[in-house]
Amino acid sequence: MSELTNKEIGEKGCCDIIEIKGLNKWYGDFHALKEVNLNVKEGEIIVICGPSGSGKSTLIRCVNYLEKFQEGSILVDGTELTDDVKKIRQVRSEVAMVFQHFNLFPHLSIIDNLTLAPIWVHNETKQNAKEKALNLLDRVGIKDQAEKYPNQLSGGQQQRVAIARALCTAPKIMLFDEPTSALDPEMISEVLDVMIELAKEGITMLCVTHEMGFAKKVADRVIFMDEGQVIEQNTPEKFFENPESERLQLFLDQILTQ
Amino acid sequence: MAIYSLKEAKQPPKSQTKAILWLKDNLFSSTLNVLLTFVAIYILYLLLPPILNWTIFDANFDLTADNQSCGREGACWSFVNANLKMFIYGFYPQEELWRVNTMFGLIAALIVLGSIIKNSQYKAHYIIGSFLIYPVVAFFLLYGGLGLEVVETDKWGGLTLTVVVAAVGIVASFPLGILFALGRQSEMRVVKFISVVYIEFIRGVPLITILFMASVVLPLFFSAGMDIDKLLRALIGITLFQTAYIAEVIRGGLQAIPRGQYEAADAAGLSFLQKTMLVILPQALKISIPNIVGSFISLFKDTTLLLIIGLFDMLAIVGAATSNSNWLGRDTEGYVFVAMVIWVILYSMSRYSKRLEVRFSTEHK
Repeated sequence: MSELTNKEIGEKGCCDIIEIKGLNKWYGDFHALKEVNLNVKEGEIIVICGPSGSGKSTLIRCVNYLEKFQEGSILVDGTELTDDVKKIRQVRSEVAMVFQHFNLFPHLSIIDNLTLAPIWVHNETKQNAKEKALNLLDRVGIKDQAEKYPNQLSGGQQQRVAIARALCTAPKIMLFDEPTSALDPEMISEVLDVMIELAKEGITMLCVTHEMGFAKKVADRVIFMDEGQVIEQNTPEKFFENPESERLQLFLDQILTQ
Repeated sequence: MAIYSLKEAKQPPKSQTKAILWLKDNLFSSTLNVLLTFVAIYILYLLLPPILNWTIFDANFDLTADNQSCGREGACWSFVNANLKMFIYGFYPQEELWRVNTMFGLIAALIVLGSIIKNSQYKAHYIIGSFLIYPVVAFFLLYGGLGLEVVETDKWGGLTLTVVVAAVGIVASFPLGILFALGRQSEMRVVKFISVVYIEFIRGVPLITILFMASVVLPLFFSAGMDIDKLLRALIGITLFQTAYIAEVIRGGLQAIPRGQYEAADAAGLSFLQKTMLVILPQALKISIPNIVGSFISLFKDTTLLLIIGLFDMLAIVGAATSNSNWLGRDTEGYVFVAMVIWVILYSMSRYSKRLEVRFSTEHK
């Protein structure tokens, strides 16, 4: 594993907003995450890639405690994640997530999907929440669909709604769990464009994705995981041009020759 | 290599005469189907004429006729007319019948008013308010108190009793069923254990047993002075029974909700209660509508078992009416009439459930 200095990752922020130390996670007997250490600075854009089953989704799902872990510690913006429900909700109110399969609420209209958390978790007024939601929908380019239901939209539109929904609570950190993997090829770019816009605005992002073009364009750091461990991390230039470990070279060969 | 121009959409080819095509497709498509069609026609030929003769052509529609002048070839519908009050009100005192009518009238008014309100927020308040206030009003109207003369529950009967028992069973078992369904899914071991034991115990016992327990066995445990009303005991028994079934139906709905929905609600920071009420239950209940209504329909039919513990629901009233020496031997008319009334009610419930499904469907439009 290569250690990076602040200089190399481009002087983003002063402080670590996420600190993961000695993280171990098992599914039954299966050791899914092995001694993972990872610090993320405020405003940093991190792309995590690796073969399937390498633990990359599990890792970011630990950050908002969708997955419990058995050993190690995770500090998110100063709050340590434990079984304490209050602390979990505190962290979740600052961390938003975008899922591979969108996971929009099918019984609610688009606008209601967006205003649910602001109204119930952040105690905003309906009027206020709705205004913000419409602004966000405008930003992702689907304001005119606000009254429709999720299943009336295309996959790309649904994922853009999901991103808008995640942004509705003004999160400090965004987690993306393979946001383009379930999309038809012609819809991938419309979602990536929204994510690139977002990355430029200085929000902290952790993205599990195989979109290497996205990584090259906006990532501050790219992380390669395999068998539950961080194998290599580097700036995108070095990551793609001079991969140090053999596994990463093999992995890059496989996905880039497709 | 070739480039193809885009083609315009065309109308589908016109079918020949529609009726003949329909017959061919549905009744005479194969040898077996032809055979089945003729067997069905033969069975209808055997059954329909006697039924129609008895109920209509040979029947006596003179509503003032008595048992003798009615004749025995066909149905004597004056029997139903003469005993109509008993079918509807049981043995409720004549001069107090307006109270039952008011109760039925109120519910009709509430439903009509509810269908007029379009604003969904007011409608929710209206429905919840009605569910809280109406049962209290209905209870005072039927039982008495607050200046109204008390009518003991052993005077209640007929359609009134059937509707009261079914309505109480439905309204009380629905929220309880939701609680037990959630309990069975709970991660808290004790809650889960209690829910599973309750549901599996009740589902493993016939309703009759529970009604007997409630009416015969339960009083043995009470001290002599304590006497709980027989109808109340039956209502508790039926609610306990129905709760277990509703819980299982709703659990089926809960299990159909993908894990991603729970995760999205969690990730948004919703509390357990918010997640359940705003995200999971609305979807689970929507999926369960047909089965919930199906379960309510069985409950409605099961109310006829009240006869066993000596309560006179509509079906039991037939027996009471024909034991009157003026109307000996007219059971068939009574049972046919009751069957028709119950069918109309249950078929309406079933149609209503279809309408609800369509109204709530936001998927796959």
